[in-house]
Amino acid sequence: MSGKREWEERTVKPFVERTPERAVRFESLSGIPVERLYTPEDLADRTYEERLGYPGEYPFTRGVYPTMYRGRLWTMRMFAGFGRPEDTNARFKYLLEQGQTGLSTAFDMPALMGYDADHPRSRGEVGKEGVSISTLDDFERLFADIPLGEVTTSMTINCTASVALAMYLALAEKQGVAWDRVGGTMQNDMLKEFIAQKEWICPPEPAVRIVTDMIEFTAKHVPRFNPVSISGYHIREAGATAVQELAFTLADGLGYVDAACARGLDVDSFAPRLSFFFDIHNDFFEEIAKLRAARRMWARFMKERYGARKPESMRLRTHTQTAGVSATAQQPLNNVARVALQALAAVLGGAQSLHTNSYDETWALPTEDAVTVALRTQQVIAEETNVALTIDPLGGSYYLEALTDRMEAAALAYIRRIDAMGGMIRAIDAGFPQKEIADAAYRYQLMDDRGEKVVVGVNRYAMLEEQPINYLRIDESVELEQIERVRAFKAARDTARVERRLKQLAEACRDGRNVMPVLIDAVKDYVSLGEVSDVYRQVFGLYREPIIF
Amino acid sequence: MAERTVRVVVAKPGLDGHDRGAKIVARALRDAGFEVIYTGLHQTPEQIVATALQEDADAIGLSVLSGAHNYLFRRVLELLKEKGAEDIAVFGGGIIPPEDIVGLKAVGVKALFTPGTSTQDIVRFVRDNVRAVV
Repeated sequence: MSGKREWEERTVKPFVERTPERAVRFESLSGIPVERLYTPEDLADRTYEERLGYPGEYPFTRGVYPTMYRGRLWTMRMFAGFGRPEDTNARFKYLLEQGQTGLSTAFDMPALMGYDADHPRSRGEVGKEGVSISTLDDFERLFADIPLGEVTTSMTINCTASVALAMYLALAEKQGVAWDRVGGTMQNDMLKEFIAQKEWICPPEPAVRIVTDMIEFTAKHVPRFNPVSISGYHIREAGATAVQELAFTLADGLGYVDAACARGLDVDSFAPRLSFFFDIHNDFFEEIAKLRAARRMWARFMKERYGARKPESMRLRTHTQTAGVSATAQQPLNNVARVALQALAAVLGGAQSLHTNSYDETWALPTEDAVTVALRTQQVIAEETNVALTIDPLGGSYYLEALTDRMEAAALAYIRRIDAMGGMIRAIDAGFPQKEIADAAYRYQLMDDRGEKVVVGVNRYAMLEEQPINYLRIDESVELEQIERVRAFKAARDTARVERRLKQLAEACRDGRNVMPVLIDAVKDYVSLGEVSDVYRQVFGLYREPIIF
Repeated sequence: MAERTVRVVVAKPGLDGHDRGAKIVARALRDAGFEVIYTGLHQTPEQIVATALQEDADAIGLSVLSGAHNYLFRRVLELLKEKGAEDIAVFGGGIIPPEDIVGLKAVGVKALFTPGTSTQDIVRFVRDNVRAVV
């Protein structure tokens, strides 16, 4: 009999008979059963080298860089964007003054869906959930006095990411910064849009084709730029479990690698610049295990499935963000504690960059005070707790390693199902990930409603009378002012040039040529984001979602 | 006269793609025995009101997490009024700050639910406040 079983019989059984445990069954947030104790017996099936290896080496389980945070701390990258471009520019400057090390741009809904501020469908949404952008003129204001050669910028934008990249590169040129010095990240992960975030223009195939254009273009001309941030964040926020997040995100990544290889690109020419973005939810160890499993799985896929030779192609670098979905509107200051623990998990999981949510985001966009606490939380972890002194300090924990293995196996089972369907685009057409997520979201909510899952301050320790909090208000005049400005700006353009550029773009779309060179010329002539999107709509058609709930 | 089942249109107005809440609420209302029509994403207020009229809805539940609630809820109420369909109860939820909740209730939104709300509270609201319009 194993030592663990002997211990169960000898010591645990008589003890539990007298003093029962708090529950009959314990499980992680994703429903993975959690045992009473983990020992070396749980890790006997693989060697140290197979499972973990060394930081900066295949399979990268313990971290993607040889020195990890001893060399450089993670990038503290707070997502910001609201109102007019100059409002967000002021927030960017504030964050940089406060010690933030990279920028991250939130765009408003019209920009994310391919409408200019002056489009009727944009009414009520301009500058509300992010910054309003219609033309290069707005981009110039957004990045005024920010040297694009020195700061890296991440942009959360997807179906219109090609326009944002074109504008960013046009702006770099204006600032006199060579493209090979420009660093940053476009989210540009369209597959997860169809699965989770749901901002789209055209159907999956042309959408992935434009993503592939960007992968190809940046690999050649903007080598420090990450053209895609393959995102589990939105998948998780839409209600997926950690296992589903892991599986669907990696499957999306495989989708882009397939598309780029099908175009004839050498895997080692673009794979080093694929980056990732994961959610960090409440289940502390599960989230750490998820990041470690993701690194190991991606390394194996790249090496074994695609024959990558460069270690950089096998290395899964990831941004992380604390879980918005875990925040509560009730007793909002409790969110500070949640965010701190989630942020700690991200760091112990070996993330390359981190956004910490603000406690007031269940009410509105965050105030400067709330953002500052969120940023300070990262600084406390980085500079006071000493968790960053050694690499992967939890590596070798029997529980964590067993959980990492377990999540890897469960995610692989999902990926095999998606492979069998013919890949992620086919799985999306069949509504498979959408349905899996909707079911998981509903199960989770029912557990919440029944009090099976405790939410502090909501279904336990609730208070009847709550103190109101201060929150950010965006004046309605911002929208009207921005609409007017865009209208006037567009009216003053050289319309013949604009028309010519749009025609060239439509031709490139139809001919299958890379759209990026045409787009860059187009935005320099102040062709707008909405006009480019109209071309996409006309050439590729609109996506209609299957209604699944 | 026998009362028919209450019909609720659950809708996502505007450009916002956050549909976890709307889908959960749609499913919870369906499981509670109501007839539920979920519109899908990116609906204009005009489309939502047209759906509600076409489906003989008794209530419309709107989910907005993009900050555009003040415009979108008001526009739906306005259109209902234009069509003489003010008896259709409008409720909703999302990321909606306290003073906007007060403002929207003042113009006729029956209830607004914020993150952390139990689906049972929403089911109870519909059961207690929405009657089948015959």
